[in-house]
Amino acid sequence: MSDTVSALQGAAFEGIARVEEAGLRGMVTFRGDLTAAKVKTAVKAASGVAIPGQRGIAMSGEGGAAAATGAAAATGAAAATGAAWMSPDELLILVPHAEADAAVATLNDKLSGTHFMAENVSDARAVFTVTGGKAREVIGKLAPVDMGAFGQGEIRRTRFAQVPAALWMHGEEAFTIVCFRSVADYMFGLLRAAAQEGSEVGVY
Amino acid sequence: MSTRLANGGRRIDRTRPVEFRFNGKRLKGFEGDTLASALLANDQMMMGRSFKYHRPRGVVASGSEEPNALFNMGEGGKFEPNQRATTTELFDGLSVTSQNHWPSLEFDVGVLNNYAARFLPAGFYYKTFMFPRPAWKHVFEPFIRQSAGLGRAPDKETLDADTYEHFYFFADVVVVGGGVAGLQAAKTAALSGAKVLIMEQDPHWGGRAMVDGEPEEGFVQRLVGELEGMDNVTMRRRMMGAGVYDHGYLLGYERLRDHAPMLAGPRHRLWRIRAGQIITATGAIERPLSFAGNDIPGVMLAGAVRDYIAEYGVSPGDRVAVVTNNDDAYRTAIAVKKAGLEVPVIVDARAGGGGELAREARGMGIRVENGKAIAKVTGGKRVKSVKLCAQAGEGAVLEEVACDAVAMSGGWSPVVHLWSHCGGKLVWDEAEAMFRPDESRPPLNQNGAGFVRCAGAANGALDLGAGLADADAAGKGAAEAAGFKARGDTLPDLAQDDALPIEPVWMMPQGAGPKLRMKAWLDYQNDVKVSDVQLAAREGYESVEHTKRYTTLGMATDQGKLSNINGLAILSDTLGQAIPQTGTTTFRPPYTPISMASIAGEARGEIFQPVRRTPMHAWHEANGAHWEPVGHWRRPYCYLKGEETPHEAVSREIRATRASLGLLDASTLGKLIVKGPDAGKFLDMLYTNMMSTLKPGRCRYGLMCSENGFLSDDGVVVRLDEDSFLCHTTTGGAERIHGHMEEWLQTEWWDWQVHVVNATEQWAQVGVVGPNSRKVLEKLGGDVDISKDGLSFMGYTSGKLGEFDARIFRIAFAGELSYEVAVPASQGRALWDALWDAGEEFGVTPYGTEAMHVMRAEKGFIMIGDETDGTVIPQDLGLHWAISKKKEDYIGKRAQERTFMQSSDRWQLVGLETVDGSVIPDGAYAVAEGENANGQRNVQGRVTSTYYSPTLDRGIAMGLVHKGPERMGEVIDFPGTDGTIYKAKIVDAVFYDPEGEKQNV
Repeated sequence: MSDTVSALQGAAFEGIARVEEAGLRGMVTFRGDLTAAKVKTAVKAASGVAIPGQRGIAMSGEGGAAAATGAAAATGAAAATGAAWMSPDELLILVPHAEADAAVATLNDKLSGTHFMAENVSDARAVFTVTGGKAREVIGKLAPVDMGAFGQGEIRRTRFAQVPAALWMHGEEAFTIVCFRSVADYMFGLLRAAAQEGSEVGVY
Repeated sequence: MSTRLANGGRRIDRTRPVEFRFNGKRLKGFEGDTLASALLANDQMMMGRSFKYHRPRGVVASGSEEPNALFNMGEGGKFEPNQRATTTELFDGLSVTSQNHWPSLEFDVGVLNNYAARFLPAGFYYKTFMFPRPAWKHVFEPFIRQSAGLGRAPDKETLDADTYEHFYFFADVVVVGGGVAGLQAAKTAALSGAKVLIMEQDPHWGGRAMVDGEPEEGFVQRLVGELEGMDNVTMRRRMMGAGVYDHGYLLGYERLRDHAPMLAGPRHRLWRIRAGQIITATGAIERPLSFAGNDIPGVMLAGAVRDYIAEYGVSPGDRVAVVTNNDDAYRTAIAVKKAGLEVPVIVDARAGGGGELAREARGMGIRVENGKAIAKVTGGKRVKSVKLCAQAGEGAVLEEVACDAVAMSGGWSPVVHLWSHCGGKLVWDEAEAMFRPDESRPPLNQNGAGFVRCAGAANGALDLGAGLADADAAGKGAAEAAGFKARGDTLPDLAQDDALPIEPVWMMPQGAGPKLRMKAWLDYQNDVKVSDVQLAAREGYESVEHTKRYTTLGMATDQGKLSNINGLAILSDTLGQAIPQTGTTTFRPPYTPISMASIAGEARGEIFQPVRRTPMHAWHEANGAHWEPVGHWRRPYCYLKGEETPHEAVSREIRATRASLGLLDASTLGKLIVKGPDAGKFLDMLYTNMMSTLKPGRCRYGLMCSENGFLSDDGVVVRLDEDSFLCHTTTGGAERIHGHMEEWLQTEWWDWQVHVVNATEQWAQVGVVGPNSRKVLEKLGGDVDISKDGLSFMGYTSGKLGEFDARIFRIAFAGELSYEVAVPASQGRALWDALWDAGEEFGVTPYGTEAMHVMRAEKGFIMIGDETDGTVIPQDLGLHWAISKKKEDYIGKRAQERTFMQSSDRWQLVGLETVDGSVIPDGAYAVAEGENANGQRNVQGRVTSTYYSPTLDRGIAMGLVHKGPERMGEVIDFPGTDGTIYKAKIVDAVFYDPEGEKQNV
């Protein structure tokens, strides 16, 4: 399918931080017993990483993307794989967009006979990146998260103003934000407003 | 006259003049001025008119407690009323107008109220306007609205030109107040390693110490420097601690651009802070004294007078009389004298006079009169003289002293607001005549431990040395409470002030008669006098809260910062009880008014609230969509072509769909995936009908009820495979039903093996509807079999439709041959475009929600939210066929067995056909004979859906009617609000294709 499009098709804004819609990412919601050995093996096979701990995210291949900017960063991140802890029985598995169905198939195959669920939710989401020295402040205006203490390897499910979202760092001063696709416009509007010129807080 | 002095003014930069406009007049000030200091420098003593009596008023204070000097500020999109001159920093181009007068500040007709004051006593609203009743509306209200009030309301058509934002912040210790106590507390706390935030509402650090003397030379500058050098400390100026709430939640109100509106960026930022511990070092506010004429422009707080001299190099008058009941005001006399101005007299109400400072003042040659009082201030628009009397007497004038300003001090009240917001209690300190925080009863956090402590003057430690020690202890205590190891700092060694104690003076002179009391103001902004509070007490108001509301004492925008203690002291005195027995009114956030826009933050314009868009949204927008909000979604109600009305468009869309081919964007339908060995069992409990018997590849319509039996949602359930189901919910119902499912799974059936995922937005879904729907899908090609037998009615298949990864459901909400095609959202727009192109030869027509509604009504299908309203059970709607008799239980089953639910008197769903073909108005009721106990016409039913059906070319409706199904053919009356009576025949609800032949081709 050649005509796949993300919600905002790479819209970007440059203010006190750079805000960019990062295109399509492959995402699989996994639910099951995260402590089971079989599940650990299957998740590793699908995501390339071991299951992260509470509020953790493990990514492989995303770090290189942080150094790059713009399209290069988006491409780099889009190629990364990993897994994020969503709840005691839920993970978000990240893969390249075209490989999400394959990841589901891998999980189905490896876990056949166990009770679990793997669902491709890639297209239910919109992905944004916020990068730059003031990225923490931009996010701190919208999400009730202690951005002074937020570090790499963490994922936080939270809200951005009035919509649910999750965020993690894909590099020094670089954040990935995931929200529902239908509110991509709203999220972009929020981030643009929060990154408006002259709005530096000056605490991070 | 008030004027700029030749020297002095720590805050102003005399090399940088600033021009501003006051009531159209061009005036000059300096950078660093406040609006108040700049007006005083221009001899503008009178700054406004009072609320009720329109008396001339000047500035009284120099800080946020100012009640009088409020202005309309800015113009157009930058206009804002009630801006305090004392906290408004001057900038080039600032434009203000004074408030509450007509036609002008100098000459105000409303001042007539002043002469009618005896007819406008406390509670006059309640007394006067009882009778005659019509007079309220036609005489009193218009009069009061015209004459009372403060600033002008902003124009409702003009949008605020500024932006605002929130900021979330977390700290172990937050210090509110950047005077010496706050700075010291912050430093001591920060030395422990705790993360500290300190905020100061003023643009400058140091507070009163910058005027009255630092603990040692350069103390504030040194402390600020040290704090700035610490990585764990965040410092903010122009940020006020607005309110303290449960769980250490604290609001900080930061004014970013009020002083520099020309710069880009948000105007205000509301900090939403989670604090481990809070220290309020908010200082103290000086109290006025209650003597006749204490509101005449030129009468000011003693502390404010020396602030203007020291900070701005502005003198409020050439001859400043000082009146006091404590030693502190002597500092003002000394400062005035040192500035080269005259102090004709210091009136000290204490018979014994003052201590060290009094000796110093005398030594400078200032005349001091002990045991004396001001009987009266003379003057209208500015002070002319004070008449002296004995404090112990009734006001017999002993002499008149000419002066053009009066500096008064009734003592200091700690600012206990933030301590009190969340439940901190106060004690009355007899020696200092003030309420101060009761350390033993702090506001409590989630663990039952105190989370706020006060430091320095805010804690009642008015002496500088004692205040510093108190702040150091507070900083240490807070750090420890936040889990850090703390120790005290090394403090400068300060001797205690050699001051004589304050003597409380609540009325001046002590025996002032009615005439004087009627001119002795307590609350300047709301025009409440000593006599008003006394009258309230005589009329039986004993509770301070009742008295507040009856007299309006402390109810103005300043919330009684100057007046509360004086007012309740007068009330106590009149009631003959001690002040602590009377108590204070409740302190509520915010400390001073904050902008409404800062509360809204970013939520304005396009991001006022989230609007959910489907992948095809842009196409709809470009093709005439007439939008309808459904939950947070936007869906096309219809697509307007050319000049047609929405009604015409809906009819066109329906005809085209029934005749050939229609497309509906159904992406908003909720899609929940339910998977697991117990999924079938789970769905049997959630739906009224049986789902576990559904075969893979088949679809079944299901109803969901609440525990109370009422219909909650409906939709088509698809069995994807042995283990998993796809449950369609209503648009906007997905999140709610997902929550409903999770709740039952997590709280009741936690041992069932079921997982649920909300996949609503993963799929873009298109309804392909009409006799040509199969043809257009076949035209797209691919490997799916959608032939009549390959995909039968209520069947499901998946595979490649053209190049799309499609799930295809053959379901028919419109009653035609139709399919719903779902593809991943990223392919949604492409699918829509492909169907559009392929459908061209069939005259493909996109249709909106209204056509969908009408077509389902033609088929007699119910709609959640139309036929249901939270009081309707499936049995009311004749949906017995969708309720399993075999199942032992489902959510709502027991409730539906209650006698009331079983009653044959419940209104039941029927079709309604108007006799003349007209359309019954929405929401119309069918009337029955007679009237009810309230004298209202009895009713026997109501319309739930009503439309013009283009297919039948007549009005059709569904409704709930008493014993409806038994009354087929009967005609009942639906009165419209236009006086027309719509006569409708009770018929079967299926108006179109009752045999279902159309969908089965």
